Amino acid sequence: MNIRLVSLPNPRQKSAASITACLILLCSLFILNAMIDETGLGTDLGRRYLAPGHGSILGTDWLGRDMFTRITKGLCMSFHIGIMSAIGSSLIAVIMGLAAAVFGKKVDAIVALLIDAFLSVPHIVLLILVSFTLGGGFKGIVIAVCVSHWSRLARIIRAEILQLKGSDYIMMSYRLGRSRRWIMAHHMLPHVSSQFLIGLILMFPHAILHAAGLSFLGFGMTPDRPCIGVLLSESMRHISTGYWWLALFPGAALVALVKIFDVIGENASRMLNPRTKQE
Amino acid sequence: MISRQTASIRKSAAFLGEKTFRLAMVMCLVCAMSFVLVQNSPVDPVRAYIGADANQIGTEQRTLIAERWGLDRPPAERFIRWAGQIVRGNLGTSMIFNEPVASVIGKRFIVSLGLMAAAWVLSGILGFALGIISGVWHRRAVSKIIDLYCFVLASAPVFWIAIILLVFFSVMLQWTPVSGSTPPGIPAGEITLAQRLHHMLLPCASLSVISIAGVALHTKKKTVEIMQSDYILYARARGESAFGIVLRHVLRNSLLPAISLHFSSLNEIFGGSVLVEQVFGYPGLGKATVDAGIRGDVPLLLGITIFTTIFIFFGNAAADYLYTVIDPRMRHMEKINEY
Repeated sequence: MNIRLVSLPNPRQKSAASITACLILLCSLFILNAMIDETGLGTDLGRRYLAPGHGSILGTDWLGRDMFTRITKGLCMSFHIGIMSAIGSSLIAVIMGLAAAVFGKKVDAIVALLIDAFLSVPHIVLLILVSFTLGGGFKGIVIAVCVSHWSRLARIIRAEILQLKGSDYIMMSYRLGRSRRWIMAHHMLPHVSSQFLIGLILMFPHAILHAAGLSFLGFGMTPDRPCIGVLLSESMRHISTGYWWLALFPGAALVALVKIFDVIGENASRMLNPRTKQE
Repeated sequence: MISRQTASIRKSAAFLGEKTFRLAMVMCLVCAMSFVLVQNSPVDPVRAYIGADANQIGTEQRTLIAERWGLDRPPAERFIRWAGQIVRGNLGTSMIFNEPVASVIGKRFIVSLGLMAAAWVLSGILGFALGIISGVWHRRAVSKIIDLYCFVLASAPVFWIAIILLVFFSVMLQWTPVSGSTPPGIPAGEITLAQRLHHMLLPCASLSVISIAGVALHTKKKTVEIMQSDYILYARARGESAFGIVLRHVLRNSLLPAISLHFSSLNEIFGGSVLVEQVFGYPGLGKATVDAGIRGDVPLLLGITIFTTIFIFFGNAAADYLYTVIDPRMRHMEKINEY
């Protein structure tokens, strides 16, 4: 007879475990960031072009700055940009989606047009336009990403709410004399809240990649405050001479950070989605 | 009774009409928005026009230039005058290239179009094939490998991949050129197609590597869904081979949604091409966009915004069209409605 003493984890527990693991990884990044002091950011011309492992974990650049320090600080910077712009753009998305559904046909038509317009302008062109207007910098990048990323989530939320509007319990609530605003606050917002949360987490990878791309192209961040895009664009000047580590590690670190949020988002959506949550 | 053909033509015409109207609305909005954005930028147009000699000219001359350009008028009036020129097809003159914006965009777009089309077709075919393989042989080793590829590369920054490929193939192995779209120092007439393709190889590969992952992920999800359906179970019970199932059921059901999705990914492909062109110094529209943004060439930036918006809009419209018209279920619905 074959009796299992320890039951295998169910999908829900697995999801919870991977989310926890990701959060621990994320926390360790912050702890690492707090532990490292800023000395690695200063130039040290005696330690130029050290290959990884030779007295420095990830090597040093052409000014003797420690790449490990720069990457850690850069990741935190990218994280801040990503989190702020993801929150900003998903707030815009929810406001737009709700407004379209609640304030009648005219507002809905305007919002639909806005969504169409923002989906048609290529992200990168819009990003360049906005940061051109704002003159770059941290604020410029965050606002640019906010402005260009809300449309997809807004479309999902709008569709969801339009569908919701025809449902029996909303109609009934309306017939019972509840105002539109009351229905919005008590029936619609709770319904889209999980959509919002997942949208927010899944927006993060896009936001962080586009922010890195924008700073890579030279809009925004200055070299003294390292962010991953700047590190990579600096490395461009040195790859033809064979200093491969200047390019490899910052990008790999960025992929890891993005992947962490991908995994959190996927598992969270599996746990929050009513169709798969009971598996 | 209307024949099916006329009905479908009529439907397509209605779709076309609606999209054209939509495009007009979207363009008005985009023009207005980008005008406001550029208007509020800290770049002084007179200063940007004169360039390095800005300090050598007096205030009177500045006001003269401003007056000549109509910069002293209120923004609303300027917008109407600008929009009037745009409608007539005059996009103005690019400051950094010193030639009409339309001709700059035309020349640059041809270069980018080759790159984007190659990457688009390549990633579509490869991504679809990989997705089908990994979906049909779900939970096998081959599927695990494809999954790993997608997992890592679906969210990798395209410019990083481009740099890594550049380091490996151009610097270490020296198989491919380091930058540009043509070999330097050779007149345009003598460049062979092989040389052009050689220069396009790496940019195209970097664009595709990322895009493949996205297509494969989507196709796999769809394929797994199809493989678990009742009609596949029935086909298996009838004794159809795996190859027959793929050919007759999986391909047919997953191809159109994949093509449709691929059309709507033009936005990402273009975004990727901007970054990749920057890495490889590839003189396409993407590089022109970045140069226009950094050096403050407002006419070119606005022209590119308008042009690329139309381009992406067509991609999205094609995706919508495929969803509504070519889907056999939609066609069938129509037939039912006719009875």
